[in-house]
Order: sequence, then structure tokens, then C-alpha cells
Amino acid sequence: MLNFVDSVNEAVSGIKDGSTVMIGGFGNAGQPFELIDALMDCGAKDLTVVNNNAGQGDQGLALLIKEGRVRKMICSFPRQSDSWHFDAKFHAGEIELELVPQGNLAERIRAAGAGIGGFFTPTGYGTMLAEGKETRIIDGRGQVFESPIHADVALIKALKADGVGNLVYRKTARNFGPIMAAAAKHTVVQVSEIVPTGGLDPENVVTPGIYVNSIVKVA
Amino acid sequence: MSTATSIQTSDKPLGRDALAELVARDIAPGSFVNLGIGQPTLVSNYLKPEQNITLHTENGMLGMGPEATGDQIDGDLINAGKIPVTELPGASYFHHADSFAIMRGGHLDICVLGAFQVSATGDLANWHTGAPDAIPAVGGAMDLATGAKDVFVMMTLLTREGASKIVDACTYPLTGVGCVTRVYTDKAVFLTGPDGVTVRETFGCTLEELQELVPVPLKTAE
Repeated sequence: MLNFVDSVNEAVSGIKDGSTVMIGGFGNAGQPFELIDALMDCGAKDLTVVNNNAGQGDQGLALLIKEGRVRKMICSFPRQSDSWHFDAKFHAGEIELELVPQGNLAERIRAAGAGIGGFFTPTGYGTMLAEGKETRIIDGRGQVFESPIHADVALIKALKADGVGNLVYRKTARNFGPIMAAAAKHTVVQVSEIVPTGGLDPENVVTPGIYVNSIVKVA
Repeated sequence: MSTATSIQTSDKPLGRDALAELVARDIAPGSFVNLGIGQPTLVSNYLKPEQNITLHTENGMLGMGPEATGDQIDGDLINAGKIPVTELPGASYFHHADSFAIMRGGHLDICVLGAFQVSATGDLANWHTGAPDAIPAVGGAMDLATGAKDVFVMMTLLTREGASKIVDACTYPLTGVGCVTRVYTDKAVFLTGPDGVTVRETFGCTLEELQELVPVPLKTAE
């Protein structure tokens, strides 16, 4: 069921304590900042957050972490020059980290949306990130079993939506958006523009509306 | 003064830019290439248009152009190091799972990475020091190391303390096993593989002098 909502606060109002929330973006490109701010305001806590990073500076995801609302981060690159809030929580033992090679992160998200029960990948074989995981030699290469990552909610940013929820993105801001939209039970999208149904060329739709539940326009 | 062996191609060690120029010259025309963050990024400064190299960035783009300046800067168009870049004619965008399928699927000809250590058989350590208080962060390093057809490493041969970064076995946590095919350093270019280390050329030292710095047996092609 697709809803167009008037505010970001309304868009995230259904997020419950203990939810797994996927958040799109790589660096600032494609980060749904307004939706993250609304998640902050809605008060949900004990969250597991899936994002490539673990927050930067004093905004967005970094503030959620600072306020102790994130129980666990699943990400590929938590440490950055300005990831001080994550660093502090990690050193204090107040946040759990599941570190995943970036391609395994993306494919595990994709697998969830595609109904795949897991997959073998050469990435990470023979490294500490494969410790304790099932391995096989396939076609002469060592490979590691990786499981899908499902989510209750995805918060993503797209450029435009049409009336049935089809989405197009902009340049490298696409990044995790399409696969997170498919992987989550409930996908919330902030867009810059909503166009009438028929206003997007079907050949150019990147995320079909079937994956989208709530759309909010952010100026 | 010792006698220079025939594989010495420079009378002094190569600086970062000269090394980047050498890597760029060694990339076959028409290649699809991913340049890692840091020193490898310098290689893009020396790629010539007639080489027709297509650059891939892990955050979902082929056909990446030079760093953006002035009003070219667009927050939606960045590289893996989160630096604003430009797009070239023929560029394409795709989502993260497709971007890493390009890597893992063996579609990239070359990736160029930095390293802490490379073993004699091409094991790579470049993501984590393993220090107890270090926050590990891997990003796309393992995917690149595993997926590209050729993995080139650029690094100084020695640490600040003078230890060789080409080692018998890596002491830092591994990024990938047996993945590195070539190592470009300030003192030499090394080819690595199951049969050990072959020196292609040296800079500012003889093979014998190089062997004194590196704790694994060095061979030459002939």
C-alpha cells in the first residue's frame, strides 16, 4: 500500500523500538537527512541500523548514535575523520558493530530483497571477517557463506517519484537506495519532486513502485 | 660503488608522482580500472586520453572524470573517497550491488591499492592494523582485492622504521589471499604470485642491494 504523506515525522511515525532500519547514502550523497532527523524526533530506540558508514560530524546518524538510540551498527566503514560519536560509543562498549565488506553488505541487502537464503562469495575468504563462517572451495576458489540482511524499515532518498511510487535517482546518490527499498518490509522515500503518474519514462524507472510504501517530498 | 644490474632503470628512487606515472603507463589501452583512495588516485593524473581507460568508482559509476572544481562541484557526484568528481561522456550509474558485481564478477581489468604489507605469494594486508583499540573499517578493500583481474599495489618499500613491507607472511590482518599480482614501490617493481617474487626493475639500487632490504628471495625474469 502506497501513501503520500505530508511530513517526514508522519513518514517515520510507525518505526518501533528494536527495529532494524536501513538508511541509504554513501557519504552525504543519497543520505535522507530529513528522514533521519525525523527518526531522531520520533524517539524510537534500541535500533539496529544498516548503513555504509556509522555517521559523520554532528548530524543525522551520528546524532542518533550519540543519543544512544542505536544498539547495533551493520556497516562497512565506521571509522572516519569525523565519526567521533561512533568512536566514543564503540570504545565505551555501548554499541555493537557488525563489520561487513562493502560488496558483501550490498549483496546481503540485495539477497534479502530477492528472496535469496544466502550465497557464497570469495570476498573476505581467509580473513578475520570470515572467521566462524561456513566456507567451501567452489571452482577452485575459497568462498564464504553470507546471509541476507532483512530490515523492518528502509529510509532512502530519490530524486523523483511518480504517482505509483516509481523512483529515479541522481548520479552517485543512487548507491544503496534501490536494494534497500527491496530489502525492507516498509520503505520510506524522501524525494525532491513528485511527478504525475506517466511522468517518468518506464524505460528509465530504477526502483519500481512495488517496493515503495511511503513518499514524502522534501524541499 | 657497486655495479648496477641491468634491471636498474633509474639512478634514484622514484617519488610518488613518478611512480604514479609509471603505473599509468603500464595500464593497457581500453582497460576498466579502479583506483583506490590515497596514493593510487594520483595515477589518474597520468592517464592519457589515447589510452581510453574507463575508471570505475565503487559507489556506483563507470566513466568517472577528474576531480570537480568550482561550479562543477555537485554533492550527488562523488568518488569512493567522498571527493566531488565529474562525469565523462559515456558514463553510467548503477546501484551498489551492481557496482560490486562489477568487481566480484571479474569485470575490472585492474585495481590499484595501497598496502601495509604484501606477502611473497601476493597476500594483501591493507585495511586494519589489528591494534586492540583500533576501530576496524574495511569498506570495499576486500572486494577490490578479490575481484579485479589484476591487483596492483603502490607503496613505499620500507616502513618509517625501515622494515620491508614485502614480507614472507603478513603480520597485519589480511585483506585477501594470493590476490596481488604486482607491487610498485619507490625502490623497485615486483611481480608476485604462487611462485614468489620476481623483480621487474629497480630504482636507485641494484638487485643485490634490494635483496638486503627484502626478507624473501628475489628472482629476476631471466
